[in-house]
Amino acid sequence: MDGARIPILKVGRVLVVPIQFDMDDQTVIHLQERILHELERTCARGVLIDISLLEMIDSFIGRMLSDIAAMARIMDARTVVVGMQPAVAITLVELGLELKGVETVLNVDEGFKLLRAEFNTPDEEEEEFYWETSVIGK
Amino acid sequence: MESKSLALENDRDIAVARGLVRKIASDLGFRLIDQTRLATVASELARNVIKYAGSGRLIAQPTESASGRAGLRLIFEDKGPGISNIGNAMRDGFTTGGGLGKGLPGSRRLVDEFNIESEIGQGTRVTIVRWK
Repeated sequence: MDGARIPILKVGRVLVVPIQFDMDDQTVIHLQERILHELERTCARGVLIDISLLEMIDSFIGRMLSDIAAMARIMDARTVVVGMQPAVAITLVELGLELKGVETVLNVDEGFKLLRAEFNTPDEEEEEFYWETSVIGK
Repeated sequence: MESKSLALENDRDIAVARGLVRKIASDLGFRLIDQTRLATVASELARNVIKYAGSGRLIAQPTESASGRAGLRLIFEDKGPGISNIGNAMRDGFTTGGGLGKGLPGSRRLVDEFNIESEIGQGTRVTIVRWK
């Protein structure tokens, strides 16, 4: 449950954030700060947040996702959330959360397609990506 | 299955509460969607306890209806300041805590029974039931 353990990977001009376990509030806040820091440091243009292993989104996490998208937008980056489980989607709607400003797609492939279309660059160029794992201390 | 009680004392306990509730719901044989609903409600209501009262506790009671239907009752209680206007608190988008105002009204939509008792200066108790 330690924020420093959620990796932020840079793939081409996209920051990939795989959320692999339930996060407590501090971890969520910490992750948000790290994503913004990495956006500034790397000049990435997109943020892809993979929530396929996330079993629940409450109003706190929902707001964090909206805030990340809004802040990233101000920093000229687009955010896409991928892989939401059906049970999570149903619960979100019943709860009345809209995830304002957050684009959602079914999987990582679709997420990359959407972001690359936004950057308007040929795929070959984006394919020349490099991996960089950033783990910033607490 | 017997009742379980969990002290809610800080932010981390919110995640512990939803994990515990999901586990109990799963052990009771609730469907995945209902496990998700119950875990989400637990998260919202445990957060209210921490946010408004500082601390409190969660009691999870497996229960059975008069007709023999199995269910799970969750009680969130605190000795906090209480809610001055429950009508407002239950309204979508109303908040005194800087949040989205979805916690209470949203939680009510996720469960079958929802009851809230509160007395100024005494505390608040929210009781919910979801039937299988």
